[in-house]
Amino acid sequence: MLTKTLAGAGTDRGPGGPGGGRSRRTPAGLVTPLRGLAGLTGLVALLEVLPRTPLVSADYLPPASKTAEALWRLLAEDAFWTALGDTLTGWGLGLAIAVAAGVVAGIVIGSVPLLRAVTASTIEFLRPIPSVALIPVAVLLYGTDLRSKLLLVVYAAFWQVLVQVLAGMQDVDPVADDTARSYRLGTWGRVRYVMWPTALPYVMTGVRLAATVALVLTITAELVIGAPGLGNQIAVAQTSGAVPRVYALVLVTGVLGVTINLMARAVERRALHWHQSIRREG
Amino acid sequence: MTRTTSTVLTLVRRALLALGLPAVLFAVWWFATAGSTDFYVPPLSTVLGRFGEVWTGERLLSDVVPSLARLAAGYLLAVVAGVGIGLVVGTSRVVRDVLEPVLELFRAIPPPVLVPVIMLFAGIGDTMKVIVIVSGCIWPILLNTVEGVRAVDEVLSDTCRSYGITGPSRLWHLTLRSASPQIVTGMRQALSIAIILMVISEMFAASNGLGFTIVQFQRSFAIPEMWSGVLLLGLLGFVLSLLFRFAENRVLAWYHGLRRAQRNP
Amino acid sequence: MLDVRDLQKIYTGRHRNVEALRNLTFHIDAGELVCLVGPSGCGKTTLLKCMAGLLSPTGGEVRLDGSPVTGPPPGMAVVFQEYGRSLFAWMNVRDNVALPLRRKKLGKARERELVDHALEVVGLGDAHRAHPWQLSGGMQQRVAIARAVAFGPKVLLMDEPFAAVDAQTRAELEDLIRRLWRELGVTVLFVTHDIDEAVYLGQRTIILSTSPTVVQEDLTIDLPDERDQLHTRSSTRFAELRSHVYEQIQRAKHHNGDMEAPPADRSDDLAPQTTKS
Repeated sequence: MLTKTLAGAGTDRGPGGPGGGRSRRTPAGLVTPLRGLAGLTGLVALLEVLPRTPLVSADYLPPASKTAEALWRLLAEDAFWTALGDTLTGWGLGLAIAVAAGVVAGIVIGSVPLLRAVTASTIEFLRPIPSVALIPVAVLLYGTDLRSKLLLVVYAAFWQVLVQVLAGMQDVDPVADDTARSYRLGTWGRVRYVMWPTALPYVMTGVRLAATVALVLTITAELVIGAPGLGNQIAVAQTSGAVPRVYALVLVTGVLGVTINLMARAVERRALHWHQSIRREG
Repeated sequence: MTRTTSTVLTLVRRALLALGLPAVLFAVWWFATAGSTDFYVPPLSTVLGRFGEVWTGERLLSDVVPSLARLAAGYLLAVVAGVGIGLVVGTSRVVRDVLEPVLELFRAIPPPVLVPVIMLFAGIGDTMKVIVIVSGCIWPILLNTVEGVRAVDEVLSDTCRSYGITGPSRLWHLTLRSASPQIVTGMRQALSIAIILMVISEMFAASNGLGFTIVQFQRSFAIPEMWSGVLLLGLLGFVLSLLFRFAENRVLAWYHGLRRAQRNP
Repeated sequence: MLDVRDLQKIYTGRHRNVEALRNLTFHIDAGELVCLVGPSGCGKTTLLKCMAGLLSPTGGEVRLDGSPVTGPPPGMAVVFQEYGRSLFAWMNVRDNVALPLRRKKLGKARERELVDHALEVVGLGDAHRAHPWQLSGGMQQRVAIARAVAFGPKVLLMDEPFAAVDAQTRAELEDLIRRLWRELGVTVLFVTHDIDEAVYLGQRTIILSTSPTVVQEDLTIDLPDERDQLHTRSSTRFAELRSHVYEQIQRAKHHNGDMEAPPADRSDDLAPQTTKS
């Protein structure tokens, strides 16, 4: 999102010249959602028909109706809701810790140039280390405990936030910073009134990315380590051969993912919107 | 001060900044664990000693190479398929409208849950792992390609039309190149997903590979060996991201230049 | 050479239809340099896109050498206002100029010769390897002009090409266009909203009304063929023509428009959507 906004902002356009209307309009409001609905319906129909052909065995891919049935039964189970709760707890807690740590570390590192210079290479080294490499360590230290999940989730999500906060703090408009200096705002004042507002939309992007990554790692921990949650439910269903149940659970994780995406994007858009309207006035 | 000495000083300064903290952290780890009797946290010297033994001999061929081959095969297939399908979807408004929610749903499914599902179809062999990697990391590439194709500039598109640049030439010189920044972003996201999927598909069900071996070490309480595996995975992630950045800087040099030019007009 | 007959363009929107062009008719002879000028938002870009075959008109037709224009015709080149968006940012200057030639399969040597020459005449002989975004706005527009020159068109359509460059660069580029036109013997249609530019550049100036657009006046510019920024612009005749065009445009605004200032670029605003189909 950010890339797009920035790239679009610099294009040369003549004052008052034609061709200004670059924005895309959705034609006749309802067409797009209806087409999308048609696509989803098509997917369901395909999943219903495909297992009944010789192409795919129903043992591996149950018809959509079977999956729906399994989902219905799932929703009536207490175990399912407990698992969902476990997953959400791991996700939410991990994300919260990662965001808090990432923001604090980002502000501290970002506001001291020397610190930024010293830590840059270390961050570049640690960031791409796959969180899953920590799985054996987590198992040894914490077993199937919630802390296992948190170790993986926090490690993966922390870097997303930190890197965005740092990028945001660096994006400060030099004019705004000079203005702040000329009014003799101290370091803290500059951080509070100049750097943080600039960084906010970046932070929101970081939170959005971290939210997605956190879900992936929560499910991974449950699936591989066996920590309680949806991932573990899937593993259990798979080993016991309850195929429709596997698909129903996968669908649930997908819906969970979509919900998290939509929420995160909505929050991010609000932050960005606020940011841009402030900038335009300023 | 002469020019050469000042360049040398700058270089020294940069080297100090880049290597200072890693050296300190390494030293801290080294000395903090030096006399460690904690079974789970062996001395770093022991871990590094084992690293050489474990990962250079036979295991390099039997575990590291198969893992990397599966990673490469899955990732490259995902790139080709993702860009290809993305081009088709992105060019047609109707196709895009119809498929976008479906694709968003697939993208939102946490890729690791695909491992048990794909095991149903493809067993636990190499095919399964490659399919898992493809089906997990195709989505960010595909959706970013769609986004990139959609954002092709209209003036540039008109320019191509009026000069008769059509067909494959247009596809290469206009569509792909102008979508390349987004495609690369998708590929970067996909790379980290691919590594995750490589490791956990091997942890879940395999008879060789990095993920498998590391879990074996952990289960048999071969702790220094396990730590050396964790280090190797970390190193792998770092090296791959370095290679990626190197390639990106070559392919997208124009884009980074353009962005800089736009920021400081 | 270039015939526009009863050209009409109606944009069909969701809630309303906008008639951008109504009944436009004019003719341009081979080798002429004609300026199109009109109040802002009068559908100049729409007209140009119809002529370039980038947009299909609702009624009427455009003919080039007697045959109707249905798509971009091979002997025509367009220079757009948005130089920043009409050049390939991922290619250097040379490749930008050379790309349209590839299709012509002229052979490497001939292609190189054409590109070299085109860059030389626009004054970019030493910028071959630069990327467009490393150049100033005026230089970027020179690249776009070089690309058109190398393509060797019979007709050159220019859509407010200098609207986004500073005044001094603009004067230089105007003289460049006059020079190229005389040296290459190409037919030029130059769209502008700048009255001075319209008078200074052309042999004829076609004045358009506000949207829905018709031809308000077809005016011959009887200034001497040798023009330069200093003397031409300070001549009495230039001042007379300039005020005449200015009056015509003011009249056009009051005649057609029920309001003084039409909402900015209504027709052009809708254009991008329609070109997609």
